[in-house]
Amino acid sequence: MIISIASGKGGTGKTTVATNLAASVNGPVQVLDCDVEEPNAHLFLRPNFKNRQTVLTPVPDIDLDKCDGCKKCMDICRFRAITVIGDTVLTFPELCHSCGGCTAVCPQGAIAETGRELGILETGSVNGIEFVHGRMRVGEAMAPPLIRRVRDCTWSEGLTLIDAPPGTSCPVIAAMKDTDFVLLVTEPTPFGLHDLKLAVEAVKILKIPMGLVINRADMGDEKVNAYAQSEGVPILMTIPFDRQIAESYSRGELFARTLPEWKARFQALFDDIALLAEKEGNEK
Amino acid sequence: MTELVILSGKGGTGKTSLTAAFAAMTENCLLCDADVDAADLHLLMQPVIRQQTDFGGGGIAQIDPQRCTGCGTCIDMCRWSAIGDGFIVDEIDCEGCGVCVDFCPEQAIDFPTKVCGQWFISDTRFGPMVHARLGIAEENSGKLVSLVRREARNLAEKRNIDLIITDGPPGVGCPVIASVGGATSALIVAEPTVSGIHDMARAIELCRHFKVPVMVCINKYDLNVENCTTIEKMTRDGGLPVVGRVPFDPLFTKAMVQGKTLPEFDGNGTASDHVRQVWAQIMRTAAMVADESTTISALNN
Repeated sequence: MIISIASGKGGTGKTTVATNLAASVNGPVQVLDCDVEEPNAHLFLRPNFKNRQTVLTPVPDIDLDKCDGCKKCMDICRFRAITVIGDTVLTFPELCHSCGGCTAVCPQGAIAETGRELGILETGSVNGIEFVHGRMRVGEAMAPPLIRRVRDCTWSEGLTLIDAPPGTSCPVIAAMKDTDFVLLVTEPTPFGLHDLKLAVEAVKILKIPMGLVINRADMGDEKVNAYAQSEGVPILMTIPFDRQIAESYSRGELFARTLPEWKARFQALFDDIALLAEKEGNEK
Repeated sequence: MTELVILSGKGGTGKTSLTAAFAAMTENCLLCDADVDAADLHLLMQPVIRQQTDFGGGGIAQIDPQRCTGCGTCIDMCRWSAIGDGFIVDEIDCEGCGVCVDFCPEQAIDFPTKVCGQWFISDTRFGPMVHARLGIAEENSGKLVSLVRREARNLAEKRNIDLIITDGPPGVGCPVIASVGGATSALIVAEPTVSGIHDMARAIELCRHFKVPVMVCINKYDLNVENCTTIEKMTRDGGLPVVGRVPFDPLFTKAMVQGKTLPEFDGNGTASDHVRQVWAQIMRTAAMVADESTTISALNN
């Protein structure tokens, strides 16, 4: 089963929920940190990294000796990553989406592919948790291809938890797509509610069953609860604002490890998710 | 003209609450919400929309079953596996590269431009605001951010406004890159947590990469004073200004629930005082002062 943890708004507690859940469930679990722009899960799980590889995406490499200046590459590129000026071909690798159109269209076979660095992929483990994350190169714009590379590491069976990036656009979709359940984490504030609504709509487009965790549950108003009820999104856990929890988070600690009652609650959360995902699977 | 962009790396550190508080403490500024993906600034500003415009992103492939012979060229050429059984394009997977369109021997693939959001010019009680809404599950957020910032500059020029305050998105990817390029200065709102420090460092690196002067303030500083010292040391060691600390205060949330900025909700409180001091420090940084003086000297000439 693959559970993705997402939120819409940033800073609501995705990583807190993902890492504490991973530390609480019985048996082997895999954590994929797909927030490749700002990966944080490793700061709490502290895995021993064993493997690190650079992830590249293909971009055009022009052989000017073969090029006859026909401009077909420039015409096919919708991302303006190639310009032909006279005898020269300029490429803008940072604009390239790696579609391969220019290589395929070039009648002279003058365009090969070389790599642009997207970032690195690191794998490791700790206390029965298999860990994978991507770290996007600072200056790189496109997160989805690196997110897909992290997702390629998904176990074929067993439990996988995905820590998704904030927002509702392409990086989040890349992290949530084809998962079995989306656990949304929000806070009961106007910002939290507004962005939760966007996230719920995104999950509906993907047709994935979902549930909700309300973090800092006593800090805002009641509107998130009312919204969740009206949408039929089950509230699976509430975490109160507790200065002790906030301070332990600031130090990179998992409160499911220091406060045993929370470990039991995260185990119960997992059981609820498994039931809901199974029910939805049967209905399909 | 001066543009201050508020960033953080990590989400939820207080970018939008601080942006709104700064606006409430400033005469004659223009607000720009560059977080088009999960925009929240309007919840505190209650903008009255004066102008609304559709934002067209790129095209998206559409296969005409009448013309399609099922040869499979499009499936072979598509690097996103976006064309499924029955030659139906998955709109979410389609990258909009148009390679299938160009290679289809039957010319059976259309490429209509998709409306993927709207952008707005509005009035608020603190001045004009330019903002946008990207459709759910859409791409092209960077393009929309660039558009919103360009329109903000045009409007500021037209209305003789010298200062633009831009609320940026979290992360360091495409919409953030579109938010910082060409800005006068960036303020990074850090929080004293292990993740806040980690993400702040990446946000600073990004600003440096794009040669935008950067400064740091710490929000919720009293959650971990030791980490504050680490942040301040890191920042100063990097030769960057630290423009102050703001305490953790539930008043920010209470103000938000009422749709108000912090100074409107509690103008004389300690948190407001801290924010006021941070704002004064920001306006005294070399990057902001330099730009103001060039504006003034340009006006005098």
